[in-house]
Amino acid sequence: MAVRNLGGRKLRSWLTMLGIFIGIAAVVSLVGMGEGLRIAITSQFGFVGSDVLTVTAEGLATAGPPGTGAPNPLSDNLAAKIEKIPGVEAAINRYLKSGTLEFNNKQGLGFAMSVPEGDNRKIMMKMLNLEAEQGRLLKDGDGRKVLLGNSYLDKSQFGKPISSGDYVYLNSIKYQVIGIMKKKGSFLFDQAVLVNTKQLLADFGDDGTTNIIAVKVIDESRIDKVKEDVEKLLRKERDVKVGEEDFSVSSPEQTLEQMNSVLGAVQWFIVILASISLVVGGIGIMNTMYTSVLERTKEIGILKSIGARNRVIFLLFFLESGFLGLVGGIIGVILGITLAYGLAYLGRTLLGADLIQASVSMGLIFGSLSFSFVIGTLAGLLPAYQASRKHPVDALRFIK
Amino acid sequence: MKKAIIKLDNVWKTYTMGNVKVHALRGLSLTIKDGEFVCIYGPSGSGKSTAMNMVGCLDIPSQGDIFLKGKNIAHLSESDLAQIRGKTIGFIFQQFNLINTLSALENVMLPMVFQGYSEQARRARAIKLLDMVDLAKRMDHKPTELSGGQQQRVAIARSLSNNPEVILADEPTGNLDSKTGNKIMDFLRTMNKKEKKTIIMVSHDQSLAKYADRIEYLRDGSIIETKNNGKR
Ligand SMILES: Nc1ncnc2c1ncn2[C@@H]1O[C@H](COP(=O)(O)OP(=O)(O)OP(=O)(O)O)[C@@H](O)[C@H]1O
Ligand SMILES: [Mg+2]
Repeated sequence: MAVRNLGGRKLRSWLTMLGIFIGIAAVVSLVGMGEGLRIAITSQFGFVGSDVLTVTAEGLATAGPPGTGAPNPLSDNLAAKIEKIPGVEAAINRYLKSGTLEFNNKQGLGFAMSVPEGDNRKIMMKMLNLEAEQGRLLKDGDGRKVLLGNSYLDKSQFGKPISSGDYVYLNSIKYQVIGIMKKKGSFLFDQAVLVNTKQLLADFGDDGTTNIIAVKVIDESRIDKVKEDVEKLLRKERDVKVGEEDFSVSSPEQTLEQMNSVLGAVQWFIVILASISLVVGGIGIMNTMYTSVLERTKEIGILKSIGARNRVIFLLFFLESGFLGLVGGIIGVILGITLAYGLAYLGRTLLGADLIQASVSMGLIFGSLSFSFVIGTLAGLLPAYQASRKHPVDALRFIK
Repeated sequence: MKKAIIKLDNVWKTYTMGNVKVHALRGLSLTIKDGEFVCIYGPSGSGKSTAMNMVGCLDIPSQGDIFLKGKNIAHLSESDLAQIRGKTIGFIFQQFNLINTLSALENVMLPMVFQGYSEQARRARAIKLLDMVDLAKRMDHKPTELSGGQQQRVAIARSLSNNPEVILADEPTGNLDSKTGNKIMDFLRTMNKKEKKTIIMVSHDQSLAKYADRIEYLRDGSIIETKNNGKR
């Protein structure tokens, strides 16, 4: 019956639910996006393990992969010096070169990344956690062979998918594709063009600088000490004072934590904003319920005259109000999911990266739904009580 | 002789509006026996509806006692009143007072919901009752799709749904033309004779009063004359 009554007053019910479903939609989409962003950022770094430090040169804000375009690049003999610091297992130069990638007579942009040889390859592979979907990973002695990121399986890049065994032109030099990596969910790796260090330097030129130095520490509990030592060394080598560093030493794990906490704060902010809109929605529901109680005073009188107890009347309006909230919540969730995935899709097509991924969990959905129901019932509490207390005779005499 | 089912004993009802006191009932005493068909007759404002509300457990008196089946209901709580009302009293109103969002069948089923009957039992009984008032074919219609007379017949069926001992009808034909009104009165008469229901009807229409066994003349909140309709 509560449901039936809602049906009878469609427009007002919808208007009332507006507040609720805007609020819920905001919560679902933004929390969903936030979770997605979190996942995306986590995978963006590509490194796993809390025992890795990355050294990059800092300077002008630049576009492109980390460490490129800094005014004072890192010289590549630093790695050997860092390796001598106690507690460091290995320091590996990583070169990033941007160039053109040609396949199927179409040109595109490619970021070539170096893969070290020898023992360092093993360490690096462990750090990056790479796996081949097609073909194999690079090994020592591979010359003009490339390992490509998963996104090249997508035919939209070059009109048809690249598969292992194909030939591509990197800066007009012919390379054979040795394998395609499994999807990492990270722009950097899914678009990556991996080449052995020697070959990369031979083909792209070696200017004695590197983009990233990846430092693996032996004991992760001592990573902070190692970080300080590396910084000290770099300050000395590059002749800069404390506070004026033109480089940064960071552990991806740490950065992640920082970003996650910022993201968390942003999410909380959004949740608070959404809560305000939900409260407004709740007040809207309360208002509708008061009007509804007034309008149906006569009906209350009739119900009482045929034996409905106060409790029944209360429940009738209480549930109706909760239901109003719930329906608003359902619409809000649907809207929110659509919005989250829509924005993620927009992000993907505009930025061409998997940076934003929507991820709406079941918990979020059920949480929002029960929350909206509770808001509805809370808003209905007073009107329902008022309805139940109406005197039957007065209620029956009530004329619209 | 039959026992009294309803007894009003020196009942007063006073409404206070601002600092003006309106005495709707002034020491009304009335006894109604099981199976009787009584008409309370009186001019507008004489307190007929107020008296009905007291008998129907919709309201409690300011003073005096009301006995329903020997039980004093003058001081009961609202919840207890609702329960007694649902079980023992069936209301028929001048304005029909059906719930417009529900079908005829659902309207008749509704009082049984509050007494905790099963869905099947409710449906079966409601269909039977609607059949009795010749509305079996219209049971899925909404009240707004029915004529006044038909709506009042639905209301009669509804008043009977919990098989109450007493049926209260406050000007049941007030909104109907005389022909339809007579038909409704015939139904009430049948309820009284066949189902042995006690019927109390309020009217200010002399022509309807003849349907009753007894007419109580009410003026200014108390009975001024009682007339028996002899054998009928
Ligand atoms: N809720 C109320 N508040 C104040 N006064 C009331 C109330 N209900 C009834 N009265 C007064 O009590 C008196 C009796 O009213 P009641 O409705 O019982 O008359 P009635 O005989 O049913 O009249 P009618 O034939 O017009 O229906 C009237 O003077 C009326 O104004
Ligand atoms: Mg009246």
